[in-house]
Amino acid sequence: MAEALAPMRWPCPGAGADGEWALVTQSGDAARVLIVPPLFDEMNRARAMLAAVMRHLATAGVAAVLPDLPGCGESVQDFAAQSLNAWRAAMIAAARHFAASHVLALRGGALVAPPTLPGWALAPVSGDAVLRPLLRAASLAARARNEDASPAALLEQGRTQGLVLAGYPCGAALIAGLHGALPAGEGQQAIALSDLGAAGPAPWVRQEPAPAPALAQALAARIVADLAA
Amino acid sequence: MSETIPASLDADLRALLADVLGLTPARAAGFTVQTPLFGALPELDSMAVAGLFTALEDRFGFVLEEDEIDGDLLETYGALLAFVARKQGHG
Repeated sequence: MAEALAPMRWPCPGAGADGEWALVTQSGDAARVLIVPPLFDEMNRARAMLAAVMRHLATAGVAAVLPDLPGCGESVQDFAAQSLNAWRAAMIAAARHFAASHVLALRGGALVAPPTLPGWALAPVSGDAVLRPLLRAASLAARARNEDASPAALLEQGRTQGLVLAGYPCGAALIAGLHGALPAGEGQQAIALSDLGAAGPAPWVRQEPAPAPALAQALAARIVADLAA
Repeated sequence: MSETIPASLDADLRALLADVLGLTPARAAGFTVQTPLFGALPELDSMAVAGLFTALEDRFGFVLEEDEIDGDLLETYGALLAFVARKQGHG
């Protein structure tokens, strides 16, 4: 059936012969949207919503593909070896492999989306906005251990030596790359949450994963409307 | 310290806590100024605290200085409400 989400292997850079998994819907061939997920824990919190968006798009005849960023989700690669450049290279390769016509990036995903594909960035954030809560949590945890480590000191340590943030072993390249990074999509229009007018909190705000059916529906409807325009 | 905290701010803060921590609206509505938060709500671990601070900044449009962040801030709902009101120039 058209709406079925299916896992599919694809040859991701750095992944070896078996490649990586992506979630794919086959539906029509008018458009195929590459979905670039948020970074860190926001990806897990948004995953159910993204699957719902894919089902809505498929129902409207728009195909979509949701790859894992290398080192995240089902990926076989080492998180500590990742960087914004590595993630961007993987998303460019995914766009090419799946012949994506458009991209939908969410939050920090806008930092690593293929820059020249047309499409949308939902609530895009800077690299510093991605780092801030992670550094703050690490600082609070250090304080609870009676160690003094300000977020600024942790950033400096992370940029030079790498640092475990919220359980993610971040390499120095990833932290240095996030610091000061801005979304750079040329063809992608930013969508603010308020533009969609969906009731309920964004799933990435929630500390526990929860579906966001109204937001998924509104986002898919916006994409379908833009594609038809 | 006499504080005039707008009812809308109180409602916004309860809604934000419900959104971030996944509390039912009824549970958030039941908070009094004495309701303990950090250490009393199982939902509020250290990662959730950092997420809550970020959500407060986004929602209310201020920046938290690192030296403002301490355990007292989240000791009770009333302490958090008074802090947010102060950051917004009330009271």
